Amino acid sequence: MDIPYTVKDRPDTGLYNGKLGIWLFLGSEVMLFGGLFSAYVFLRTGAESWPTGADILNVPLATLNTLFLITSSVTMVMSWASLKLKEFDKFKLYAGLTLLLAASFLVVKYFEYTAKFHHGLFPSTNNFLGIYFTLTGLHVLHIIGGMIVIFFFWMPGAKMWESDPDRFTNRIEIVGLYWHFVDLVWIFLFPVLYLL
Amino acid sequence: MSTDHHKESFLTKYIFSTDHKIIGLQYGITSLVWLLVGFTLMMIMRYQLAYPGNPVPIVGNLLGEGGIMPSEMYNSLGAMHGTIMIFLGVVPLAFGAFGNYFLPLQIGTIDMAFPKLNAASYWMYFVGSIVMIVGFFVPGGAANSGWTSYPPLSVTATMGQTVWLLGMVFLITSSLLGSINILVTVIQLRAKGMTWMKLPIFVWTQFITAFLLLLAFPPLEAASVLQLMDRLVGTSFFMPSGLVVSGVVQNYTGGGSPLLWQHLFWFLAHPEVYVLILPAFGIITEVIANNTRKPIWGYKAMVYAMVFLGFMSFIVWAHHMYITGMGTSIGAFFQTTTMIISIPSVVILTTLFLSLWGGSIRFNTPMLFALAFIPMFGIGGLTGLPLGLAASDIHLHDTYYVIGHFHYVVAPGTIFALFAGIYYWFPKITGKRTNETLGKLHFFFSFIFMNGVFMPMFVQGLAGVSRRLWDGGEIYAHAADVLYLNEVMSISAWLLGLAQIFFIVNMIISLRGKKTGETNPWGATTIDWTDTTSPPLGHGNFETVPTVYRGPYEYSVPGADKDFTPQSEKG
Repeated sequence: MDIPYTVKDRPDTGLYNGKLGIWLFLGSEVMLFGGLFSAYVFLRTGAESWPTGADILNVPLATLNTLFLITSSVTMVMSWASLKLKEFDKFKLYAGLTLLLAASFLVVKYFEYTAKFHHGLFPSTNNFLGIYFTLTGLHVLHIIGGMIVIFFFWMPGAKMWESDPDRFTNRIEIVGLYWHFVDLVWIFLFPVLYLL
Repeated sequence: MSTDHHKESFLTKYIFSTDHKIIGLQYGITSLVWLLVGFTLMMIMRYQLAYPGNPVPIVGNLLGEGGIMPSEMYNSLGAMHGTIMIFLGVVPLAFGAFGNYFLPLQIGTIDMAFPKLNAASYWMYFVGSIVMIVGFFVPGGAANSGWTSYPPLSVTATMGQTVWLLGMVFLITSSLLGSINILVTVIQLRAKGMTWMKLPIFVWTQFITAFLLLLAFPPLEAASVLQLMDRLVGTSFFMPSGLVVSGVVQNYTGGGSPLLWQHLFWFLAHPEVYVLILPAFGIITEVIANNTRKPIWGYKAMVYAMVFLGFMSFIVWAHHMYITGMGTSIGAFFQTTTMIISIPSVVILTTLFLSLWGGSIRFNTPMLFALAFIPMFGIGGLTGLPLGLAASDIHLHDTYYVIGHFHYVVAPGTIFALFAGIYYWFPKITGKRTNETLGKLHFFFSFIFMNGVFMPMFVQGLAGVSRRLWDGGEIYAHAADVLYLNEVMSISAWLLGLAQIFFIVNMIISLRGKKTGETNPWGATTIDWTDTTSPPLGHGNFETVPTVYRGPYEYSVPGADKDFTPQSEKG
């Protein structure tokens, strides 16, 4: 006997187990970042003075990073769609591109961080920088986590395509949902930290 | 057929198992050990409270010079008692152990939706609990800022606090994995015919608990991350400007808010209160329906009340914060929601109470614990009302009254329910029976001494004795008249500890006893009893997964040939 609905949808919910699981996980992630955004609002409204993000942070670099992440979301969908169309080579291509774009994001972030440290701006300097480093740092951890999973399915995990293609396609869909969420978090972080 | 024929080693079968029953037992045994550890810490503290400044017998040498408990140590023990009891004891037992073992059996599935995540969840919990204990061995001792870890105290505290925060991160991850698993299992894996309104109340309570854990814990994780940043990187999220501790100006940039921590913390910790009590409701409902031999009165009212309770629990958190100066209009809002949330609690308690009406009650050990639960939780709940209103809370805040209130909810409330559950499901897990005489002795002594510990707290609290006094209030004139109660409570606590020997002995001799061969000794209706063997089959639980035709509590159906009609019986 096997656990039901690991690959096929349950008729009354229209979901397979993993997909429901990742949606619930994302719900909890919303609460995690929601808690931190609330902390941001709480600190800012209670502060005597609060700097404008654009005066301290590098908006052009962040805009570039926004482009990287949005594009990576597109390539992520393309990789899943390729599997649905049974085109494994294209999946390889698009998943690889996703990884490349994510790595580019990290490189840019690295330069942003080091520039801040170089100018003597640390998390302990003030609460704006504190919350900036905490929020973006946690976001970067999410990016790295996602990259590890995508890399696994791109290289060693890809052999599941031979043995159980439906399940493999579902896994890419699940990673994709997570990846879009991480992208979405950045869409909120960018204006909140850099522009407001 | 699901029986696995390949041989399994001890390691794969019992340690790194992915079977929900084994994981449930792992959770159960680990959390019972932690409950005992947490209780032992309190028994040590109670010596200091009863006889302040006297050397503590037996364990004195571990505490400090001359066996006298240092005040820092007292603070550590207090913080760790709360942490261990809640995060390592009661929640893992109620949710991890009972949920894992019985929820799949009751809804008719062969395992949880994600067996590997389930195992990961247990091991995260195990590692987290070890990390928590490591705190005792770092310089400065374990966390000593209370289980609530309020800043600025916790930010300037010794290294134990950092360890505490790291331990919390593991425990939060564990509960995240566990709650996703329970939710997906209930939504996706119910057996054929097991519609939502046919679910046993136990499953409903676990389901709502899982939602609370899923959504309430992440803000605490956020708060823990922020506090770690404050402690390790030197940010000032929780540190106000110009803070002076013991005459020393603190080296923080400032501009933060201690109140922020309290908001984030109680956003978790109030739903956490319902995480503690909801599984207890579930267990009590099963036991009461079974031993009154009649259906639960008001099944639907109970379900709706629980869903409403779960929802409301997210918007009452600031009633823990009336004296923080957050403002009267916010206070008014939270007083209102707090009064509203008492309604579903009363509905649930009333349905349980009315379910007794006209039943032919069997007074066995699980039922005694269940019957005691109702008035004990009632006392805990009703004494909470004055704390929910700012005017009376200002007098009672941080006194022993608060301690009495929430211990009545959790100790003779939830823990009695957990004992009821252990005695009730013991025959299912082992195929053996527990000893009724020892069980009843365990119950009556626990019942008397529980009240002996917690009832005097209301008296002390109303007299204004603060909850965090190392000497139990000796130096305060207003405490002088109620100081003798410290000894009463302490002796009750130690006797309560001794009463648990009946439980431990009972478990040991019952486990060594012979199998009875009965699968359904209580004559229960739910499919965990009627369609599985005792103990259930290794992998797969059921010979064939049953189809469900009936509601969960069809006891004494008129015209039926026996006084219980299983959920899986056609007709």
